[in-house]
Amino acid sequence: MTTPMAASTEAATRARLTGRRTASRRAVTDRLMRTLALVATLLCVLPLGAVLIFVTINGIGALNIDLLTKAPRALGNGGGALNAIAGTLQMVPLAALIAVPVGVAGGVYVSEFAGARAGRVVRFAADVLVGVPSILIGLFVFTFLVLPFKQFNAFAGSVSLALIMVPVILRTTEEMLGLVPRSLREGALALGIPVWRTVLSVVIPTGLGGILTGVMLAVARAMGETAPLLFTALGSRLVNVGDFGRPMDALPLFIYMNARQPYEAQNQQAWGAAFLLMLIVLIINVAVRARTWGRQIGG
Amino acid sequence: MAIKTPVSLNGVLNVPEPAAADRSAPARPETFDAVGAMPAQPAPSPKLQIRGLNVFYGTFRAVRDVDLAIPGRSVTAIIGPSGCGKSTFLRTLNRMHELVPGTRVEGSVRLDGADVYATDVDPVELRRVVGMVFQRPNPFPTMSIYDNVVAGVRLTGRRAKSELDGIVESSLRRAALWSEVKDKLKENGTSLSGGQQQRLCIARALAVDPEVILMDEPASALDPIATLRIEELIAELRETYTIVIVTHNMQQAARVSDQTAFFSMGDDRAGYLVEFGPTSRIFTNPLHQLTEDYVSGRFG
Repeated sequence: MTTPMAASTEAATRARLTGRRTASRRAVTDRLMRTLALVATLLCVLPLGAVLIFVTINGIGALNIDLLTKAPRALGNGGGALNAIAGTLQMVPLAALIAVPVGVAGGVYVSEFAGARAGRVVRFAADVLVGVPSILIGLFVFTFLVLPFKQFNAFAGSVSLALIMVPVILRTTEEMLGLVPRSLREGALALGIPVWRTVLSVVIPTGLGGILTGVMLAVARAMGETAPLLFTALGSRLVNVGDFGRPMDALPLFIYMNARQPYEAQNQQAWGAAFLLMLIVLIINVAVRARTWGRQIGG
Repeated sequence: MAIKTPVSLNGVLNVPEPAAADRSAPARPETFDAVGAMPAQPAPSPKLQIRGLNVFYGTFRAVRDVDLAIPGRSVTAIIGPSGCGKSTFLRTLNRMHELVPGTRVEGSVRLDGADVYATDVDPVELRRVVGMVFQRPNPFPTMSIYDNVVAGVRLTGRRAKSELDGIVESSLRRAALWSEVKDKLKENGTSLSGGQQQRLCIARALAVDPEVILMDEPASALDPIATLRIEELIAELRETYTIVIVTHNMQQAARVSDQTAFFSMGDDRAGYLVEFGPTSRIFTNPLHQLTEDYVSGRFG
């Protein structure tokens, strides 16, 4: 047991508070570590800023009316990216049309109806699917939607993109519904409202904002995917409107193809398309964040 | 908290005097057998008859051997210390406890003589007859005041659009909220104050035309003025409905209820019914030492 302290004079107290030999060394270490952490943080943020600035500088000059409204012409003679823009605007919505019902329904099931074990299994499966390299998804779809028909086609492209979107949408839906307070479900069930009706009319509307956020983020992700389209939609220099049985271009494919050409004009088009794609994805992301800023349940 | 003097019931309630035999019956502190503690049945055929009710969460017994006869068109208060199974017991009356996986009930609950745990009883239908109001007001945040009130009617499939306006007005009137919200029925239910939200939830429960209303500490999240409004409302509703209210607030139980059930927790942490009787007797002349200690504020 400690004996009671001797009289706490000012001098003795000051000595206790300041007199450690290690104190100054600790201060130096503290400053060093803080600096290192700050540098690491800057290194994380830097690439984002660098990419944004770099693509903007190189791409903004190439973004013109021709790029937006004209199909590509023969090598290096102007033209535009209309084939890619039209392709992205067709394939991504079709992918969303496939993925949203599946993903949302799956998320609702996991959140509201699945038992603890089934929920864990589905959640794990979705997380694994998110982590699968997207080129593998392209190859997978290639084997059963391209090979049998001996024809690259836009439908296979949409299916590939949908496979990318489904797990993202499922997980967001499930998480957002998990945030809906239990008391609301109880309130509805206590009125004699059946479970399915409670989910449909009380739980989902309450979590809708969050679900829409997940859908939009999945759409943004699908727009930027290149690899799943390489073996499926393939890409095309023709403007394909509505023929999902034929190859179709997309903005990432357009960038990929044109950036590899030895001609300055086509490289410029790639930059323009890159800027356009970045702009679209950025707008979707910012719009979603702005919508949900500071709100508890995503909506 | 001590209530030593006979409780004033504000002239609102008409509590029957306990039978003379009850008053002279010796307290039996050696046994807390709830059946033995029960007075003569207050009404010939109770609205809710609970017999041998045990509730389990997995292997844990939360409520032990409750026998209780709740008369119709009256207010029954359930009081007792925290964790004694009051809320759990209340939820077994409309099978809300089944939302928690792993719960199990033994014994019987009869509503007008009909076993609510019979295999062919649909809990959804049961809850339309035995409604519930919760501790925290829980209006549906995506719905207007109007839609909140008719949510139960609309979403249970009994839609008759022409009737909805009438249901909204009568439910809000009965919940003493009509005059405050009649000009803003399209506004969001969560824009109301806490007390108004709770009355909105009561209106919502009334709209589906139940016979029994369970209230789980309906005023504990509200300020004193809002609490008073809720208590006045309960006094009015008892003319039409059978109300069972769980409360931590003994003055509230004394003010609003006709009869009171006192629950306590046993050594095995299972809640059990110590004593049930007319409120005035429970608070002035309890049969059990435990009840007296609780209502006089010595424990709990």
